[in-house]
Amino acid sequence: MIAIIDYGVGNLFSLMSSLEYLGLESCVTSSKDVIEKADRIILPGVGAFGDAIKKLEDTGLIPFLREQAKKKPFLGICLGMQLLFETSNEYGDYKGIGLIEGDIVSLEPDISDKNLKVPHMGWNRLDIKKDDDIFKYTSDGEYVYYVHSYYGVNCQKSTLATSEYGVSVTGVVKNGFVYGMQFHPEKSGDTGLRLLKAFSEI
Amino acid sequence: MITKRIIPCLDVKDGRVVKGTNFKDLRDMANPVEMAQFYNDAGADELVFYDITASAEGRKLFSDILTDVAKKIFIPLTVGGGINTLDDFDRVLKCGADKVSVNSGAIKNPDLINQAAKRYGDQCVVLSTDVKRVGGSFHIFARGGRDDTGIDAIEWIKRGVDNGAGELVVNSIDTDGVKNGFDLELLDKVTSVVNVPIIASGGAGNMEDFAQLFEHEGIDAGLAASIFHTKNVLINELKAYLKSKGIEMRITGEKVK
Repeated sequence: MIAIIDYGVGNLFSLMSSLEYLGLESCVTSSKDVIEKADRIILPGVGAFGDAIKKLEDTGLIPFLREQAKKKPFLGICLGMQLLFETSNEYGDYKGIGLIEGDIVSLEPDISDKNLKVPHMGWNRLDIKKDDDIFKYTSDGEYVYYVHSYYGVNCQKSTLATSEYGVSVTGVVKNGFVYGMQFHPEKSGDTGLRLLKAFSEI
Repeated sequence: MITKRIIPCLDVKDGRVVKGTNFKDLRDMANPVEMAQFYNDAGADELVFYDITASAEGRKLFSDILTDVAKKIFIPLTVGGGINTLDDFDRVLKCGADKVSVNSGAIKNPDLINQAAKRYGDQCVVLSTDVKRVGGSFHIFARGGRDDTGIDAIEWIKRGVDNGAGELVVNSIDTDGVKNGFDLELLDKVTSVVNVPIIASGGAGNMEDFAQLFEHEGIDAGLAASIFHTKNVLINELKAYLKSKGIEMRITGEKVK
């Protein structure tokens, strides 16, 4: 069973439908008991970092999730990935969960081509930098769907895949059992489904 | 680098996909769920659903169809038609929409864009516009292209983006259904004043029309209905053709399962 962490952020319809389509059991929960019993954890999220980390702190789950992440596969998606980092400067200075070394910063000043629009929204090529079981069913150069204005930096050690958008955008990160995807696998067609399937087998 | 997007548009009335020429003469075409599945398999990058029913029963049927599609298809879904309030946003987002497009609703209440952008984020709010030449300028038309509002289209679009619209659908009534190419004059005017993704709509008749469209800087996506519905143009062939012209396209791999 996959526990999808419920902290009042985002629309979980597509994520739940994707897992259901793959025949994977999931439940949306903020209960420690349920998360403890689950064999995998997904941290979803859309919106702004400050608001989301505050809501997650309010659930009182953060220290517990840090412990859980040592024991079972853990996946952060989009803002859920960003929350795993150490810091973010999106509309203020915030501390993240700290499971992935690095920082979340604004894309705009780092993009070389000023004609490129922000948010980085649409389908982009995923360049696999380090092979991993998460890419068991995915080939280098497949396309995934992004929607974001901030991105992960100072995370070379954990970066598995990137996409080019006037700067190298961190796409997939990993530290031990902990994975993060900046794009939306639940919106990335068959490529996304295959990434979720691989996660369910880690 | 990010790809250009090819987006089929499904106008849904009383549970069926329909398509007219110059906004009139609606013809019954197909089952929306089957059609969505067909487009997903053919490599569509996104789907747009417009609810063009007026009745409450039609709206309920539309919600059911949308939910059904969203459970089976894992590419972005944009939904429009009858979006007048934040409750309407909520209703379609709960049925699995990723983005919500507002048109007449924003004309009736220009604050709607701003309120929705604050609640759901800019990326969720799409401003859809029906534009037609009147005299020497472009006007915004309301009610599915029937009423001239007298509003200058370029000013309206700029204002919508300032208010938080994260994406634009620019539909030219003059070229819609004529199949003689997109309205490049109008689109160039729009790209020069805003910096959000622009979806061009109205006028696609063949594959060359898309190649010509993407030569124009600032256009992110091409939307069409009838040429895809009739299978005169197949999406996978169109994308392979555009890629061969050097345009960045998502070419899909094998299906899962």
